[in-house]
Formats: sequence, structure tokens, C-alpha cells
Amino acid sequence: MNSSIEIKQLTKQYGAKVAVDRITLNIADGELFALLGMNGAGKTTLINMLSTITQPTSGDALLNGKSIVTEADQVKKFIAVSPQETAIAPNLTVRENLELMAGLYGFDKQTVKQKTDQMIQRFSLQPYEKSKSKTLSGGWKRKLSIAMALISDPKILFLDEPTLGLDVLARRELWAVIEKLKEKTTIILTTHYLEEAESLSDQICIMRDGRIKAIGTVSQLNEQAGTSKFEDTFIKLVEDGGQQ
Amino acid sequence: MKMTIFAKRTTKEIIRDPLAVLFGIGFPVVLLLLLSAINRNIPNDLFNIERLTPGVAVFGLSFMSLFSAQLIAKDRASSFLTRLFTTPMKAADYILGYALPLVPIALAQGIVCYAVAFLLGMKFSLSIVVALIMLIPISFIFIGIGLLCGTVFSEKAATAICGALLTNLTAWLSGTWFDLNLVGGAFKAIAYVLPFVHAVDMGKAAAIGAYADMLPHLWWVLAYGAALVVIAVATFRRGMKIS
Repeated sequence: MNSSIEIKQLTKQYGAKVAVDRITLNIADGELFALLGMNGAGKTTLINMLSTITQPTSGDALLNGKSIVTEADQVKKFIAVSPQETAIAPNLTVRENLELMAGLYGFDKQTVKQKTDQMIQRFSLQPYEKSKSKTLSGGWKRKLSIAMALISDPKILFLDEPTLGLDVLARRELWAVIEKLKEKTTIILTTHYLEEAESLSDQICIMRDGRIKAIGTVSQLNEQAGTSKFEDTFIKLVEDGGQQ
Repeated sequence: MKMTIFAKRTTKEIIRDPLAVLFGIGFPVVLLLLLSAINRNIPNDLFNIERLTPGVAVFGLSFMSLFSAQLIAKDRASSFLTRLFTTPMKAADYILGYALPLVPIALAQGIVCYAVAFLLGMKFSLSIVVALIMLIPISFIFIGIGLLCGTVFSEKAATAICGALLTNLTAWLSGTWFDLNLVGGAFKAIAYVLPFVHAVDMGKAAAIGAYADMLPHLWWVLAYGAALVVIAVATFRRGMKIS
């Protein structure tokens, strides 16, 4: 499988604090890649750099062969982000939010309508189509947020804590949505929910203090840590695992 | 194209906030009605409608700062702006998309203000149209302040600065409520270094057709408007890189 993302010595420093420290890794095309770590591990900073929101201090990453440092405008054409917060326009309706995002990617009017209809159907948003997005529950806001990210048919999708604060049913529903996206889209996901990463991911990267502590499939990581439960694996690797 | 799409969104966000519309359009009208009522009951002609209206029209524009500051600060806080930063929009699309929808809103606010003034006895003349047009460059001062505050401060701080501080600055240092000569000294000197009194004096001169008297104030307004917009754009662009 070809690499969709090639990260080379990517570093972000804020003054003396190193948020992401010389990360190097490859993510294959169509893979769901999870970033795990405690708060402040550098997951969101890494996603922000890859999605061109934050400029790296040094290093680079190639997304479908385009540099996030020198070709950020090109990269923006085929990526999408669903940030940690719901990131929707509160006084616009669900339909208008989707149309806005499609319009900003330069689609013509007819395509905007077509894509909006598709997203509304795909995420079962029909009952709320004409409701202002600020009136939706947390779960529906999250769904809308992900639908807004997907409306441009991104090749690479960044999901930052997509199920944060959702109840178990809403979370499972979103998992099903994410599951369906695999193969067509390369997904980079950050989460605090270990079972989410375990259930959805092809590969998991555990970060601590801006560095990679371990990387691999769930079974590879369990093997590396010498445990059978992923939660134990995570704790062991975060506390004393080897570094890249 | 992207700018137009984003500008439509800005317009919808503002006009669908009933409190914002109520304050933005209603507050200057309430002030006009109240001060005109006071004027009828005091012996001197302190709040003469012909002199009061251009000042209230400028004062009302301070709400444009509040609208733009709140919107940008909210977009930052909710990460909506972060999401937009990953789209193919350019810096100019954001700035114009936030700023331009406020110009017709400012003009509409001015029209309502003058319409109420006509009902209260102000005489219509073509020079009023000039005074209304002059609200456009003045609005850029307030929009620029709003863009800047929304980019730099949190929603709470931006609301406090543009809502409480700026409206008070505009009220006290613009000569709308009283002749600055009555205070004089440093107060008057400071007021004439700031743009608010120049905006009001320009509006007053335009409204009575004294176009020659308008010009010296127009340069102040244009200079402040241009400087504030340039600073706001530079700050926003810097924020885009840092975020």
C-alpha cells in the first residue's frame, strides 16, 4: 500500500517547550491511524501541523506527496478536519452549514446541493435539516461536524476527539460512521477512549511528551508490552515503554 | 466567490441574533427619542435634533465593532475558524467576508436613525444623503476595531472592550452629547486626536451641506479607518500563521 502521509522529523516548539519532538512515521493510504496519549502528549499539535493549521518549527510532512510547509495551499484542497470542539456556525441551519463548507471548496451550486443532500442522508440529518445548528444536541452537533468535514470528499481526514463528551449510544453510532469511511479515506484520529482506538484503528501510535513511545497494531502493541488487555498495554507503554 | 459565500454566512449570523439587531438598530433610536423628549422639557436647545442625529448615527456604529468582534471571537473559541483555516480560503476571503456585510448593516442603521429623526422634526435635504454616505468610511473605523479585538481577545474581553469601553469612549469623546469646548483643555485635545469627534463633526457638517467644513475631518476618518483595517488584517494574518 502507498504511503498517504510521510512524516519526517516533524517538530513543534513553543519557546523552551517541545510539543512535538522529531516525529517520523508513515501512514498508508486508506488506513485509520489513531494517536493516543495523555493530555499534553502532543497529539493535537501533531494533527494541527499535518492539517496546515500550525507551522512546524522544523521537519516536514508529505500528504499525498505535497509538503505541509511549502505546498500548504495544495494540501488544503484534499484534507478536512473535524476539530475537538464542534466547530459549526451556530445561527446557520444544518443544511446551510453543509452548503457553506461545500461552497468554500469551490463546488458549483448544483454540486453543492447534491453533496449536501448526500451528507444529510448519510448522517440521517433529515429531521434537523432546517434547524439552527446551535439547537442540536451534542451528538447531532458532532455528526454535523463530521459531515461538514466529509462534504469535500477529502482524501485525508483528521478527527480530533470525535466522540468526546458523547453518551455510549451516540459514540457507537459515530463509530459506525467512521467505520464506513475506512478504505476510501485515510483517517487520523485522536482519542482518549482506548476502546475506540482498539475497535476502529488499523494502527495505533502512543505518544508521550511529544515523542512516539510505541507504534503498531493492537496485537503488536499488546505483544510488545507483554499484556493481553489493551488498557494495560497503554498504561505500561506510556509509563515505561521504549522510545522511537 | 469564496469571499461572497463566507460574507453571506456573516450576514446570517448577525441578523439572526435578535438581541444584536435590537440593540444595533433600536438603541440609537431609543436615544434619539429620549433625548428629544428631554430637549422639549429644558429651556435651552441642548439636544437639537439637527445637531444630535449625526452624532447618534456615529454612536450607533460602535455596535458594528461589537458585532464583528463577537463573531470572530466566537468563531475562534468554537474552533470554527480553525476548521476554516484548513479550507482553500485565502486571508483576504476571511477579512472581506467578515467586514463587508457590516457596511450595509451600518448604512441601514444610519437610515433608520435619520428616518426617526425626520419623524421627530428634522428637515430632509439632499445633504442628509451625503451624511449617510459618509457613514461608510466611518463604519470602517468601527469594523477595524471589531476585527482587531475579535482577533486578539477572548469573546468575553472583546465584548467588554467593544461593548462597554468603546461605546463609552464614543459617547464621551465624540461631542455627541455636549460641546467639547465646555470641557476644553486636555479632554478636548485628547478627543481631537481620536477619530470619534472628527466622525461626528464630519457628519454634522455633511448634514447641513457645509462640505468645505467636512473635509478636514474626512482625512482623519479615512486615515484612522485605513490604519485600523490594515492593523486588523496584519494581526489576523499573523493569527492564521500562529494558530
